[in-house]
Amino acid sequence: MTVETKLARFDGVDLDIGSRIAPVEVAYETYGTLNAARDNAILIVHAFTGDAHAAGICPEDGKPGWWDNMIGPGKAFDTNKYFMICSNVLGGCRGTTGPSSINPATGKPYALSFPGITIADMVRLQHMLVKHLGIERLLAVAGGSMGGMQALEWAVMYPDMVASAIPIATTARHSAQQIAFNEVGRQAIMADLNWNNGDYYGGDPPARGLAVARMVGHITFMSDDSMKQKFGRRLRDKETFSFDFSVDFEVESYLRYRGSQFVNRFDANSYLYITKALDYFDLANGYGSLAKAFEKTQARFLVISFTSDWLYPSYQSLEVVSALRGLNKDVAYCELESNYGHDAFLVDVGAQTEVVRGFLASTYREVTHQ
Amino acid sequence: MTSSPPARRKPFVREVLGRSDYAIIGDLIEPNTSVLDLGCGEGELLEWLAANKNVTGRGVEIDGTRVQRAIARGVSAYQGDIDQGLADYPADSFDYVILSQTLQETRKPLAALREMLRVGRNAVVAFPNFGHWSVRISHLISGRAPRTRIFPHAWYDSPNIHFFTVRDFEDLIAREGWKIERRYFLAGRHRGRLLANLMAEVAVYLVRR
Repeated sequence: MTVETKLARFDGVDLDIGSRIAPVEVAYETYGTLNAARDNAILIVHAFTGDAHAAGICPEDGKPGWWDNMIGPGKAFDTNKYFMICSNVLGGCRGTTGPSSINPATGKPYALSFPGITIADMVRLQHMLVKHLGIERLLAVAGGSMGGMQALEWAVMYPDMVASAIPIATTARHSAQQIAFNEVGRQAIMADLNWNNGDYYGGDPPARGLAVARMVGHITFMSDDSMKQKFGRRLRDKETFSFDFSVDFEVESYLRYRGSQFVNRFDANSYLYITKALDYFDLANGYGSLAKAFEKTQARFLVISFTSDWLYPSYQSLEVVSALRGLNKDVAYCELESNYGHDAFLVDVGAQTEVVRGFLASTYREVTHQ
Repeated sequence: MTSSPPARRKPFVREVLGRSDYAIIGDLIEPNTSVLDLGCGEGELLEWLAANKNVTGRGVEIDGTRVQRAIARGVSAYQGDIDQGLADYPADSFDYVILSQTLQETRKPLAALREMLRVGRNAVVAFPNFGHWSVRISHLISGRAPRTRIFPHAWYDSPNIHFFTVRDFEDLIAREGWKIERRYFLAGRHRGRLLANLMAEVAVYLVRR
């Protein structure tokens, strides 16, 4: 299945901060077919550094989508049954308007003149896209990590448009530890002289800072166990230590490689803006409590966490579940066994496939019987 | 004697009686109601109730694999223990709360019953009767902790931590001022009320506040 990324253009989007980005563009992909009743649409929301290319093969570089193991014919999100939509988030750098986009007012990239954004702003833009595609109600909004936050936000912001939400490996609010890791990433970028207060477009980007930020990120995505299995203390192409600060260990080589690859596809300013959006995220904001935030939701929820995920530990999913149960909302929850840490929702999808498939099927039955 | 396998936390009523507990619980549960099933296993009962009685169901189950299977069959199941499973819910959340296998396994059975009757207007409780003649004989003859068809475990690997009889249970219900709406006594595939405390292997009660 080859897919193409499409572009939708809107007059502008209003932001939590009080300002407006105008105009605004959204890159998105769709898979499967919207049925006549328009009740089989599912919005996939991507994690921090993801993009609109969630499934299928990109014709330019031949790369599969980031959730290709979950989306496709016969898979958890079965494209024979459902119409799938995935868009790049606001503030991103993969086709949707972000700090690297040209500001029409100046003819130059926004850089740090791009306004501060939130998870709710991302959702607001997705909402415009969904409406633009002629969909009044989504069968599901699903995503992991930052995608899970957007799924929760969707259920709260647009209760009558969301039949079900599937937040995976996520939280209703960023913790001090999560903010701390993000801050290390931001500091690495800002400490790179090439960053130049965000004004680097046309010159050399802060590649080293961004690579270090990504290396920290990758550590938090894995588990002690998965790193032990993947790398152990194995040396990279050598028998003895070098004692010269070149790469000794496999794990060093891996992190350096991941860091260097990342700078080719990600913008440093997008990294700053999106990590801040993550850190600002607290679903209870403006409501007083999580329970108050969830009060008007009409969605069924499927909450999933993973045993070895220490970046978004299960207790954070349980906070969500507990608040929903306190309101007697329809919520299913399971903690899946995996060694893969936070990455599990992307790579260890066996059990996840079964629960998502069953949950969607029963939600679809419910929706069509109403 | 061969060593027994590790204690399996299977829904014993279903194990002992096959599908006949569906018939009993199906008898007890009014159509178009809401049900919380504590220890829902793989969600078979809730699926059955949804399909046959238009019941809105929720399940609680401690075993992760079972929860996954329950969700996979479309049941809104929650992975957690029974205490957690109840504490979050506001009062009167359900028409019925079912505890079909594990009252004798809970650490605080009375607290569990009180919570069930806070969260639900009715409680459906099933338990193995420790007063059954086979238990009494096993204990009397062997001088050891009884092992029978419904209490098959060795004392050291049994999930059962409270042992009580039909009479004990009814005493407690009376003491708490609750009302027994329906009672079923089962032995093998038979139902009967004669000498229940002696003859029933399994008892199923519908209790109201």
